[in-house]
Amino acid sequence: MKLAAMKLSALFVGAAMALSACSAATPSASTASSITKLGKGEGSLSLLGWPGYAEDGSNDPKVDWVTPFEQASGCQVTFKSYGTSDEALNLFKTGNYDAIAASGDATLRLIASGAVQPLNTKLIPSYKGVYSFLKNRAWNTVDGKTYGVPHGYGANLLMYKKDVVKPAPTSWSVVFDGSSAYKGHVTAYDSPIYIADAAVYLMAHNPKLGIKNPYALDDNQLKAAVDLLKSQRANVGEYWSDYLKEISAFESGDSVVGTTWQVIVNSMSAKANVGAVLPSEGATGWSDSWMVASNTKHVNCAYKWLDYIDSAKANAAATEYFGEAPVTQAACQYGSAGFCDSYHAGDATYASKIWYWTTPIAKCLDGRTDVQCTDYAAWTTAWQEIKG
Amino acid sequence: MARAGSDFRTSFAHRISSLLFNRAKLRLGLLLAAPITWLVLIYVFALVALLVTAFWTVDSFTGAVHMEWSLNNIQTVLTSSLYRAVTLRTVGIACLVTIADLILAFPIAFFMAKIAGPRSRRLLVIAILMPLWASYLVKAYAWRAVLSHDGLLQWLLAPIGGQTPGYGLTAVILTQGYLWLPYVILPIFTGLEKVQNSLLEASSDLGAKNWQTIRRVVLPLLVPSIVAASIFSFSLTLGDYITVNIVGGASQMLGNLVYTNVGAANNLPMAAAVALIPVILMFGYLAAVRRTGALESL
Repeated sequence: MKLAAMKLSALFVGAAMALSACSAATPSASTASSITKLGKGEGSLSLLGWPGYAEDGSNDPKVDWVTPFEQASGCQVTFKSYGTSDEALNLFKTGNYDAIAASGDATLRLIASGAVQPLNTKLIPSYKGVYSFLKNRAWNTVDGKTYGVPHGYGANLLMYKKDVVKPAPTSWSVVFDGSSAYKGHVTAYDSPIYIADAAVYLMAHNPKLGIKNPYALDDNQLKAAVDLLKSQRANVGEYWSDYLKEISAFESGDSVVGTTWQVIVNSMSAKANVGAVLPSEGATGWSDSWMVASNTKHVNCAYKWLDYIDSAKANAAATEYFGEAPVTQAACQYGSAGFCDSYHAGDATYASKIWYWTTPIAKCLDGRTDVQCTDYAAWTTAWQEIKG
Repeated sequence: MARAGSDFRTSFAHRISSLLFNRAKLRLGLLLAAPITWLVLIYVFALVALLVTAFWTVDSFTGAVHMEWSLNNIQTVLTSSLYRAVTLRTVGIACLVTIADLILAFPIAFFMAKIAGPRSRRLLVIAILMPLWASYLVKAYAWRAVLSHDGLLQWLLAPIGGQTPGYGLTAVILTQGYLWLPYVILPIFTGLEKVQNSLLEASSDLGAKNWQTIRRVVLPLLVPSIVAASIFSFSLTLGDYITVNIVGGASQMLGNLVYTNVGAANNLPMAAAVALIPVILMFGYLAAVRRTGALESL
């Protein structure tokens, strides 16, 4: 009965969300301009981000990089975490947040809807130390204006059980064309954005399709990716989006090969005997950015936070806790031994193999103008059909 | 002054109480006002909002909902092969779970109502209610461990040449069947308690075998209870998406489509349109059930 009540309240919340969404701002990108000088902190700051992006010691007293910021800046921080990029968009639209840490599959939508303001990176001193391969990228810069400063980045890797998957794979083919060898034990990430993983594979193995960017797929290219994923579906044991579920499946042997995150590899027990590799085709990944709300009343505190989170010590603490690479070389001296190596921080060749999550939009991201590309809505529909 | 105030209060309270005493309808109205407001706000309003939302559209890029009337969502739900396949699968699972639960529940309920002594009956009722005290999620994850390839079931079945079904639709049916079993046993148990023992004795005196007695005397009397029980297992399975996420492997049910339409696609109108399918199915089922009189024995 509790369930029925839960469903009812979910309906109600859904209805409320629908009503509030109606009053959301209309798109108006690139008309706003960035601020030119900073003033005193406003005393408070409200942040939105992935779980573990702003820890103040309340989850684990030893994990705390927010309190030092509060003491230094005088900005009292409140933090709210979200589970998916889409949830983040809905929460941010309420206007209750001054800054957000968003992945590339949300940033463009935030910029297009006018929810975030362009940044004056001169006012963010620690931005200078950020790896150059993370700056001015499609997911944080539009029309030459920077909207976000990097938080951390990582790749979606290929994980496999060493005692089952032999020889050790070096290519994604083990989960696509060759997946039938592990029928019922292949796993994949449960999100429409996973279509890009198939596109990365097709870029290398089916050059005739002419895919230049896995997030810019025309109808034909999307169809090819969908067909590939449908044939993979026959061999998939289960899809995962909760990383604890993926860990349990690999520990028990229900999954033996599939896509993963570095933090999952680090959490696996020695008994599980897993290996992880960045396959030769390259991989998808994420690069998260802190962005400032266009209607914020705490812009000075927000800038102070952006500067703080890119500073060496704080960035090391935050990214190591989450399990991703820091965005500045200086952070490596503060992490535990081997931290930067295990996440390949600063390795530009490694980073160049990563196709960071980006929102697919109708205007092709690879610069083609003769065709329309498929947008995220089309990807979502396709993803539901793939799962069937 | 204090005395006058207290006099006023007493007389005011007195007048109110005599007013209420004389007017029964007003009394009833005040009593029901709060629960009815609650019901209308939470239940009826939410359902109407759901219905209305299904006709709106969403801007796929910014995620803003546009309040323009359109039949596109309903049309997609009705015509797309994906939604048809998932609806059929969900209804199929709900039917199988219901049938399996009824087959399991009947002997247990019969034993409790007709054979067990008062003491063991009480113990059995407690044993059946006990799993309801544990969290639904814990039980689903427990089944995930049991059904795993190195889990309990595999260990039990391997010596006799069997193997665990693994994660998939079979696992969903097993888990759901387990989760809803108490809701199925209890109405049947209550129904069986109402069947008088003299009827069973009379049937046996007239020469009926045990099976004949059950088939021709007990079951017809039990129809309302069985229908009531099936409403629980059927409707609970129809709307569930968590179990299938945990033990369902790569499969999806209607609840998952609602969930991805809200969560991943940010398409509330489409989710509302999909959510109407189980609502309509349940209305149809309840309408059919109403004619059997089972709703009165719920």
